Amino acid sequence: MSLSVHLFIKADTLFVRLTGELDHHTSMHLRDRINSLMDKFEIKNIIFNFRNLSFMDSSGIGVILGRYHQVKQKKGILVVCELNSMIEKIIQLSGLYKILVITKDEEQASNYLGVA
Amino acid sequence: MKSKRNNYAEVIFDAISENEAFARIIVAGFVMPLDPTIDEINELKTIVSEAVTNSIIHAYENKGGKIKLIIESYINEITITVIDYGKGIEDLNRAKELFYTTKPEEERSGMGLTIMEIFADEFYISSKIGEGTIIKVKKYLHYANELYA
Ligand SMILES: Nc1ncnc2c1ncn2[C@@H]1O[C@H](COP(=O)(O)OP(=O)(O)OP(=O)(O)O)[C@@H](O)[C@H]1O
Ligand SMILES: [Mg+2]
Repeated sequence: MSLSVHLFIKADTLFVRLTGELDHHTSMHLRDRINSLMDKFEIKNIIFNFRNLSFMDSSGIGVILGRYHQVKQKKGILVVCELNSMIEKIIQLSGLYKILVITKDEEQASNYLGVA
Repeated sequence: MKSKRNNYAEVIFDAISENEAFARIIVAGFVMPLDPTIDEINELKTIVSEAVTNSIIHAYENKGGKIKLIIESYINEITITVIDYGKGIEDLNRAKELFYTTKPEEERSGMGLTIMEIFADEFYISSKIGEGTIIKVKKYLHYANELYA
């Protein structure tokens, strides 16, 4: 199984819905897709939805952290939601929960950013 | 009572990123007859994914090479060995530190070796500059008690 990436923009927020496996191989593709949108549009915040993500390793942390630094420059916020127990364990270990916003689902994330 | 036979597999593949998913599938397929829990499968997949990724990006610096993956099962004990013939690790103790990475510019965060150590029951690493790196992990599957009950 590979990674399928569904992206859309609402107001100044980029929604990233991922299905499949996020590893070093698929993270390169994901980063390119996000960056090309960030170049073209005024994007301040990013919401990652991991609902259908079945696997993630340290490469996933790398992509999230990289995007965090990008939105931080624009004084934006990075939200991740729908973490399964495995992904939560890795995010805990990475210390990312200290700098990102974690919500239960996309609706909560949109409400948080005021783009619902 | 379960009676599981001992098993051994050895696969050599190219150090290209497509093979990260391939290596995970091999490990998942190998342990399937041992009735692992979902968490155990995911932890083993993560361990092998981290090791193989390190060989691809650090040992061979994305220029390619060969990776050897060995998986063994003995009763409820799974041993995974990942071997590369790449550049080797200069300072093993530093490499194992959480958040130590030599490739921050490639969005690496220095977590792989720590994740492997946490998800495994036993973790060994040996490396020689210019010769390569061997990672060996052991994991004991949950049904040990059942077996001896
Ligand atoms: N097989 C290897 N060959 C050569 N060097 C390695 C190998 N594995 C790890 N290293 C070195 O050890 C460091 C730490 O590895 P580790 O997997 O913990 O972090 P990383 O790969 O840099 O980042 P992350 O795993 O979070 O993406 C690497 O930056 C690299 O310098
Ligand atoms: Mg690594």
